[in-house]
Amino acid sequence: MDFKLRNYSITLGVPLAALFFVTAAPLLAQQDTASGQHNRSDQKVTRSGVELRRQEKVCNDLPPGGICLTFDNGKVELLHVQGRVYMISGLGANITVQIGDSDVMVIDTGLLHMSDKVLTAIRALTDKPIFYIVDTSMDEDHTGGNASLSNAGWAIPVGSNLPFGHDVSDLTGLTFPPGAAILAHINVLNRMSAPTGQKSPVAEGIVSPTDVYEDESWKFFNGEEVILFHAPSAHTDGDTFVLFRRSGVISTGDLFTSMNTYPVIQPDKGGSIDGFINGLNQIIDMIVPEENEEGGTYVIPGHGRISDRNDIVNYRDMVTIVRGRIEALVKSGMTLEQVKAAKPTAGYDGLGGYAATRDQFIEAVYRDLSKARTKQGKTATGAGR
Amino acid sequence: MVKISRIFGFAFFALIATLLVGLPASAQVDFSGGWVTKNHEDAPERGPGPDIGDYTGLPINNDARVRGDTWDASMLEMVEHECEPHPADYGPRGPSNMRWWGDTDPFTKGVTAWHYQVAYLLPLRTIYMDGRPHPSENAPHTWQGFSTGEWVGDMLKVTTTHLKEGWTRRNGIPRSEQSTLIEFYIRHHDLLTLVAYVEDPVYLTEPLIRTSDWVAAPGFQQYPSVCIPSNEVSRPKSYVAYHLPGKNEFLYEFASRRNVPIEAVRGGAETMYPEYRNKLATMPDPPPLPVKK
Repeated sequence: MDFKLRNYSITLGVPLAALFFVTAAPLLAQQDTASGQHNRSDQKVTRSGVELRRQEKVCNDLPPGGICLTFDNGKVELLHVQGRVYMISGLGANITVQIGDSDVMVIDTGLLHMSDKVLTAIRALTDKPIFYIVDTSMDEDHTGGNASLSNAGWAIPVGSNLPFGHDVSDLTGLTFPPGAAILAHINVLNRMSAPTGQKSPVAEGIVSPTDVYEDESWKFFNGEEVILFHAPSAHTDGDTFVLFRRSGVISTGDLFTSMNTYPVIQPDKGGSIDGFINGLNQIIDMIVPEENEEGGTYVIPGHGRISDRNDIVNYRDMVTIVRGRIEALVKSGMTLEQVKAAKPTAGYDGLGGYAATRDQFIEAVYRDLSKARTKQGKTATGAGR
Repeated sequence: MVKISRIFGFAFFALIATLLVGLPASAQVDFSGGWVTKNHEDAPERGPGPDIGDYTGLPINNDARVRGDTWDASMLEMVEHECEPHPADYGPRGPSNMRWWGDTDPFTKGVTAWHYQVAYLLPLRTIYMDGRPHPSENAPHTWQGFSTGEWVGDMLKVTTTHLKEGWTRRNGIPRSEQSTLIEFYIRHHDLLTLVAYVEDPVYLTEPLIRTSDWVAAPGFQQYPSVCIPSNEVSRPKSYVAYHLPGKNEFLYEFASRRNVPIEAVRGGAETMYPEYRNKLATMPDPPPLPVKK
């Protein structure tokens, strides 16, 4: 075997062994205290009545910088995405956390009954105050923790003229009233509200946005441009996706759900298939891959794993192709049941959690395209032949 | 007496430590250097590329078949897809002249990671040899995936997860991102053989096993490669190329040209095995190619 590397000889063994015990062993002993991740191995924190405990067996699959929390009902992962941005998964929709030198911004707040745990998870990442919360839609798995997180945060003082163009980290000597601002598209507030005397459609305990925008909104926060974009009539009519420009991360809300689901389009809340595809294309246009269609700008989906442009392009392709198939079936005069029987999602149903969300997707697309056909509407997305 | 027992104790401790540290790390084989592909297996598929609708010898299910049937080669000229490298499982099947190098631990001198790059777009493959775990399911997927290696005798066994969706054959047959790639790299003097199999719970009914070979090329030089996407054909914005089901007019050209029964070109696990020839002999001939007007 000409190619074998030289085995360690017995003559080298003695000095190596001695050297090991003199140098390496103390270094290994120090490693536990040098690594933040290892430091947390025996951590037991009680905050908001929730016990937080890191368990090595559950957490041994995390990349460097990752933190894993185990609660009594499941695993929560906190992953560093890029720059100042982190992703928390396991508490409803994915939660995006931007951490600056002194302040925190949170995109989506998880489920209502998980709200204590959301706060605990954020506190496992940072003890800095939350100043802004963004709701990417009115869905309860995105807004459930609004009250809990807002109450734990701080508001920008009224009249301080700070929200635009200033980094709040350079403020000293100001008193901040409690209650972080909750930002969302105006349609989110409209749909979470009810006329005076009537009951709001949202579950008790979920609070509405405190601040709204219409077309686009931006802030310079935590040392980078944070831009809120509206995707009209997509998953709903109040969808927001957020670009952290310097970190190179986009948080998409349910406009993109990785391999977890087919698009969940809610026509009763203003969603539509063509708006959904347009929203995906809006996001794709903003992403720059690092090399070979990989890396560069990273994407935090509403549900599912951290992604990049290629992942969202494949998703866009799939949505466009299925739309094209259903359009052809609608044009041939098929009923909804006939369209379902023709299996327009064939080829994709085995992916992730697609099968479970297939019917609602077909129904939403069928409804839109039937309506468009009746109205002789324009439907020019895709290029099937 | 105490001093003597201490000396013996230390000597015993040193002996045990010596035995532990002095053991061979493993039967490590050196892959460093340049390698040029022999490319003799499945050459027509790997060179000019497979025919549309040729799924022979692939253990695919019907979902994979539908993806292949509705695939349009114009997909490759979409700006978003122009610069995609071959993923780890297909890279060795493409233009795969390659260079290997290793990272060594400064203390033990053992290899902590192997790296190689194949010629097409030079994607960097890294195989960790330090026993690290595979990342969380929420971590990003990449073209080359996340690979860990171990020695099985003189073979380097590599397990890869976290792959992006790729292709089993370059005619639209997909390989899902939920796949696991298992590889065995085997060196015999100047010949390097890779035996690889893919397990794909979404598109394959059985593992797909393939082999590839290279010859050592000490003077081999890898050239830089930069891919900048550009609009090659004017298309409407957000154009996606595909065929509607049943509308792909090229689907059975391969069967007709090669006189292979239609059922056989549709692939499936059965078509991988030699016994299939007996069944093949009983099948009807494919229809002739349509006459072009």
